[in-house]
Amino acid sequence: MVAPPARVRIALAVVAVALVGAACTPGGSVTQATAPPKPAVTGVPDTGPITLTVWDQETGQVSKIWDQLNAEFEAKYPNVTIKRVNRDFGELKSLLRLAISSPNGPDVVEANQGWPDMGALVKGGLLLPLNNYADAYGWTNRVSQNVLAVSSWSPDGKNFGTGNLYGYTTMGEIIGVYYNKQMLSDLGLELPTTLPEFEQDLEAAKQAGQVPIQFANGDAFPGIHEYAIVQDQLASTDYLTSLIFGTQRDQLSFDTPENVQAAATLQDWANKGYFTPGFGGAGYDSAVADFGKGQGLFMITGNWIVANLGASSTDFGFFLLPPQQQGGPAVSTGGAGFPLSIAAGTEHADAAAAYIDWMTSDHASDLLLNTGQIPLHTGASTAALQQGTLLADVVNATATATADNGVVPYEDWATPTFYDTMTAAIQELMANRISPEEFTTRIQSDYSDFQSSRT
Amino acid sequence: MDPGPQVATRAAALGSLRRRPERLPGEARRIGYLYVAPAFILYAAFNLLPLFQGINISFYNWDGITPGTWVGLDNYTEFFTDPTILAGYTHVLILMIFYAFLPIVIGLFLAALISRIRIRGLTVFRILLFLPLVITDVVTAVAWTWVYDINGPISTALRAIGLGRLVPAQGWLGDFNTALPAVGVFGLWGGFGFCLILFLAGVMKIPASLYEAARVDGANAIREFFAVTLPGLRYELQVVLVLSVIGTLDTFDEIYVMTGGGPGTATSVPAYLVWRRLFQTGQVGSAAALGIVLMLIIFAVTWAINRAMERGNEA
Repeated sequence: MVAPPARVRIALAVVAVALVGAACTPGGSVTQATAPPKPAVTGVPDTGPITLTVWDQETGQVSKIWDQLNAEFEAKYPNVTIKRVNRDFGELKSLLRLAISSPNGPDVVEANQGWPDMGALVKGGLLLPLNNYADAYGWTNRVSQNVLAVSSWSPDGKNFGTGNLYGYTTMGEIIGVYYNKQMLSDLGLELPTTLPEFEQDLEAAKQAGQVPIQFANGDAFPGIHEYAIVQDQLASTDYLTSLIFGTQRDQLSFDTPENVQAAATLQDWANKGYFTPGFGGAGYDSAVADFGKGQGLFMITGNWIVANLGASSTDFGFFLLPPQQQGGPAVSTGGAGFPLSIAAGTEHADAAAAYIDWMTSDHASDLLLNTGQIPLHTGASTAALQQGTLLADVVNATATATADNGVVPYEDWATPTFYDTMTAAIQELMANRISPEEFTTRIQSDYSDFQSSRT
Repeated sequence: MDPGPQVATRAAALGSLRRRPERLPGEARRIGYLYVAPAFILYAAFNLLPLFQGINISFYNWDGITPGTWVGLDNYTEFFTDPTILAGYTHVLILMIFYAFLPIVIGLFLAALISRIRIRGLTVFRILLFLPLVITDVVTAVAWTWVYDINGPISTALRAIGLGRLVPAQGWLGDFNTALPAVGVFGLWGGFGFCLILFLAGVMKIPASLYEAARVDGANAIREFFAVTLPGLRYELQVVLVLSVIGTLDTFDEIYVMTGGGPGTATSVPAYLVWRRLFQTGQVGSAAALGIVLMLIIFAVTWAINRAMERGNEA
């Protein structure tokens, strides 16, 4: 059978049309989001029914409190309906870009700080600058400069830590060391006040046949926290903060003796068997559950597991990883929690801002306090805290670090690919497959690639 | 009154070419395009157009939101400069041993064995072997994550027989050396039933007379296999080879579920790298280029396999 030329012609036509249709620069044009007029209007305008779509990633008890707060907001402003879309952390990260650039996208979102998430959205003109609302509602006076800085970007998204405010929260996070009070006293140990004393406690626990540090790195992210708080005790807070914000571009390097020493310490602990056997493939949630059941003297992670262990628990306590030397500054990784941002394409900016003000009010933080969320705002009523409970320990530790100006942001915010690079490198470091020097060299190459690509 | 139907019937009954020249059966008719159109429109919209868009995007650096910047072939030369991409392809090559080579070898061996022995309850056997393929591989991957747990059935069994030191310290999926083979064994478990079913069906097709002739010529079991069974399974072998090789090259589900590309980058594969760059790190142009290269490699490999097998067929 002879193939008719018509078939070939039709095929070529299809290809041509497709190529023409596809051959254009991907990505829409960017118009920088215009801020609402100054002074901004507070409260919800009662101009007919308003539906606010809110995207969040809260789980567990915090999520239930959000439902309660949403219901109270709707009761306060009867013309407003909250449509809540709840996704898990990974999904939110993946889907937010797509959703927020669509015309029917969300109004209020929880956008993770850092270059790959909030930074990219600001660069795309997809988030509304909140400065005028912050002035009108008095947000800038409620929290420290550090809390505002991690959600601040220049309008073109090229500079991190300065410029307009794009997200707001009054709740904070902190990484520290949970400890099993009974086990500590059974081993005849006291809370360490220096890093060498902490290491002695680890050895004592190991000798006694206990798991010194309950740890599971199958999910990859916990490794960053273990490395970061050791690093926090060895490198200066100013250096780390500048490194993460990238304010000094390629003048700062990750490849420093302090970072190498931190890597060596972590690898040393792993080689000495101070972490849970089989940590490489184990799951984080199981490790938390095991720690709660009494397996492990210490667990190095963030304030978010307070709800799992019990906010009013007196079986577990919390302290910041102590400094290298006696009397050194209290430093740890943490800072502002998940901020709330307003999508630039929203039609209800005023209502969205009123919602954010509600979700960050004293009332909200009082409700959230019992889940282990730490209020960072001035006038937070922690008087109701019972000293000696786990929650009190966490709040006190945060206050100490904040007072000492020793709160370092999460390191994986430093470049868009830092999370991948660091988690993989830490897994190899702790499996003794690379040396501390190779570790810092590898991470520095990601860092310098990014800094040189910044225009 | 419309004479149409009666005329047509009579014309057909007479077998004449009176009304309009009838085409010979099998010859192409223009109306065929109309029949194909609905499916083709869907195919063009969901496969061809995104493919061309992908080719276009692969020449840009694009974060998914802001306008992309033209970089020409830079995303493609990454193939030679980025060690993680090469590592990904190395990993699928290793997986091919478990996903393609071993299932075929085991399948052939068992098919040859079964062809000589009458086994009772072959149907039940077939169902059991095919079952892994029926269950979604995401579900089975989750189950196998538990199987591979440091305190899961495999580790417990090894410890029970005194071979506890074989269990890696970080667990099967957390150890840098065992993670990839562990994923491979999962694939072998899932894929080998498919091979065996196909080969069994193929073996049933081989005429018994060929076997008798071989036996009369004095062939032993091994000669019989290479002279009769293997050539008779040529077509099935081709199908299995193509499908399993393509399946290995675009492995994603089990990596995403069981290891997340880890530990470190020990189990990263090209499809997983595409996903990470597309959705997590905002390197859409690079992801597109990776996808296009993967597609071209699959085309090339498939063509090579088919060429080799068909040449063998003609021999």
